[in-house]
Amino acid sequence: MFNRKLRSTALAAALTLSLAACGSSGPANVSADSPSMWALTGGNQANFQASVDAWNKSHTDQSIKLDFFANDAYKTKVRTAIGAGEGPTFIYGWGGGVLKSYVDAGQIEDLTDFIAENPEVKDRYLPSIIKNGQVDGKIYALPNNNVQPVVLYYNKDLFDKIGAQPPKTWDELMALVPKFKEAGVAPFSLGGQSKWPDLMWLEYLVDRIGGPDVFNNIAANKPDAWSDPAVLESLTKIQDLVNAGGFINGFSSIAADSNADQALLYTGKAAMVLHGGWIYQGMKKDAPDFTRGGKLGFTTFPTVEGGKGDPANIVGNPSNFWSVSSKATDSQKAAALEYIKKGMFTDADTQTLIDSGAVPVVTGIESKLDASPDKEFLNFAYGLAKDAPNFQLSWDQALSPAQGDAMLANLDQIFLNKITPEQFVATMNATIGK
Amino acid sequence: MAVSVTTRASRRTLERGPSGWLAAPALVFFLLFAIIPLFGVLFLSFTRWDGLGEITLDGLSSWTTVLTDPITGNALLVTAKIMFFSFIVQAPISLLLGVFTAAGQKYRAALAVLYFVPLLLSSAAVAIAFKALLDPNFGLGPGLGLPLLTQDWLGNSDLVLFVVVFVIAWQFVPFHTLIYQGGVRQIPTSLYEAAQIDGAGRIQQFFSITLPQLKYTIITSSTLMVVGSLAYFDLIFVLTAGGPGYATRLLPLHMYLTGFKANDMGAASALGVILVVIGLVLALLLQRLGGKNRNDSQLEGA
Repeated sequence: MFNRKLRSTALAAALTLSLAACGSSGPANVSADSPSMWALTGGNQANFQASVDAWNKSHTDQSIKLDFFANDAYKTKVRTAIGAGEGPTFIYGWGGGVLKSYVDAGQIEDLTDFIAENPEVKDRYLPSIIKNGQVDGKIYALPNNNVQPVVLYYNKDLFDKIGAQPPKTWDELMALVPKFKEAGVAPFSLGGQSKWPDLMWLEYLVDRIGGPDVFNNIAANKPDAWSDPAVLESLTKIQDLVNAGGFINGFSSIAADSNADQALLYTGKAAMVLHGGWIYQGMKKDAPDFTRGGKLGFTTFPTVEGGKGDPANIVGNPSNFWSVSSKATDSQKAAALEYIKKGMFTDADTQTLIDSGAVPVVTGIESKLDASPDKEFLNFAYGLAKDAPNFQLSWDQALSPAQGDAMLANLDQIFLNKITPEQFVATMNATIGK
Repeated sequence: MAVSVTTRASRRTLERGPSGWLAAPALVFFLLFAIIPLFGVLFLSFTRWDGLGEITLDGLSSWTTVLTDPITGNALLVTAKIMFFSFIVQAPISLLLGVFTAAGQKYRAALAVLYFVPLLLSSAAVAIAFKALLDPNFGLGPGLGLPLLTQDWLGNSDLVLFVVVFVIAWQFVPFHTLIYQGGVRQIPTSLYEAAQIDGAGRIQQFFSITLPQLKYTIITSSTLMVVGSLAYFDLIFVLTAGGPGYATRLLPLHMYLTGFKANDMGAASALGVILVVIGLVLALLLQRLGGKNRNDSQLEGA
């Protein structure tokens, strides 16, 4: 009797151990005091994994525990974890208002002194990108992957089929809608359930119509900043496009985390998608024939007649960032800074990023980009980022979390035709300063 | 002598029930994980907190925000609709299935196992599977070339609520079927034998014996169904994320999104308190339906 109990206990223990072993990857010398790192699944997952694996192999005493989460799930989880004092050592972020809320709550380390002591860290980055990790002149976050401008992707086969050219102006874009519908193809794919893909439309339209100052005023919390006519016109144009049937059937139930929105483009069900530079990596992996077979086209967002914005302006994510948690132990912080100094953007890292179809945010990579089989897209994205007079960070990250959430919820209502542009403006004006 | 002492002692135990100390562990856990957090939430509902920084007392402002927000009213309405339709759909199906599978034949046992399968899957898995099946571009409809199934099931504000009710029923009917199956098997066969001798047919047996005997089972199952619909969170969160718009944003989901997406813990706590009150009231109302002697054995006099 006792013997049987003992055996089953041993069995359970063995099972637990083997299960636990499945859960962790890489060297087994990660201890409770190892720095932890949370990153996103998707395009850059393999790149982060490769960088950390290489680091852990040569720094067995400073091994990093790496975990991955889906985009939407991560944004919720990390904030809750940090609030509860359980956050990771490396906090993945986008900069902007969300970063500021962490700074205000005293949750992340000021890296200004570290950068002053190690100027080579700062020198590796494109200067226009590193400034997104600053709050009030101090450095709190450092770029960790690739530059991610939002571009207009299109399916060349479908354009050939109807004999059309990618739109250069908003009027041309609207004129394409009935042509594609007639051909039985959805003009645009959109991951509407995730809400943030809707935002890329508003960001570009407002920039093209009113220029960067419209949003700068909103971000600066100026009273009634949402009442700018450019915002109203942009929202009206979005609803015009929705009403014309511009977006694919069922767009409001498509989640971007599942990559279904990109799949619609390369399976020929949708002709175009407005999306971030990061989906090139996903499409390259999921549909290599499409991306390398010359069927994928990409261009900038169309201009709007009479608009004030520079057509070379871009929106998107300058990069993603690492911040270091101020609640980490001293040894975790030391290891984290050591990794930032020596483990990140090694030559191998930069090459892995480029091979995955991404443009690293570091200087002096032109020759490497030219050597890549994806050089067409990489040079396009790199050129966009380098030459843009204004690179606007995604609004949901640039604003405070409360404002960002209200904006996404109301924009969703705009795409569903449940509210008017005027109602949107009034609701959003009420959130200013929150 | 010794025998009569034990008998007296055990009779006394029967009359008074087991020692109150047996409830102590449960009480401690209930206090620790239910009562104390409940008061914590009540306290938070009078504060302003973004989940990261300082918690500041803010009087009734969270309550006014929540009570004047039309989205709260809409969330209540959505919750009530889902509760109502879930009950209407699930109760009769699971009652009939339960009665059907309670009989002894082998094929019924096999069917019972088959019906039980959905309950073994996690809500998240069920939601992901249905999301894929119902996709208007890559799902079941376009895959099989069936135009009837090619609807925008989850993106159409008018349809989506019923799709959600269907998926909930698909997952939870097995559970309630199991409860009814157990209930029917408790009914003494002597009742049916007597009825047969009196010449009652199957349908008359069902309405005169099975249904009345199942009264308390029905109340238990209904309580779980109704109060449970206040907690349908994971399934809907994964399936629709409350959308399109606010079409399936029911109260628990609204509470979660307010707290963890909009980072307004004060308002989310107020919503949590509302949720607790509604749950308690509903549970008490349903228990009342059972009458005063609901805990008595149904077998007495059988």
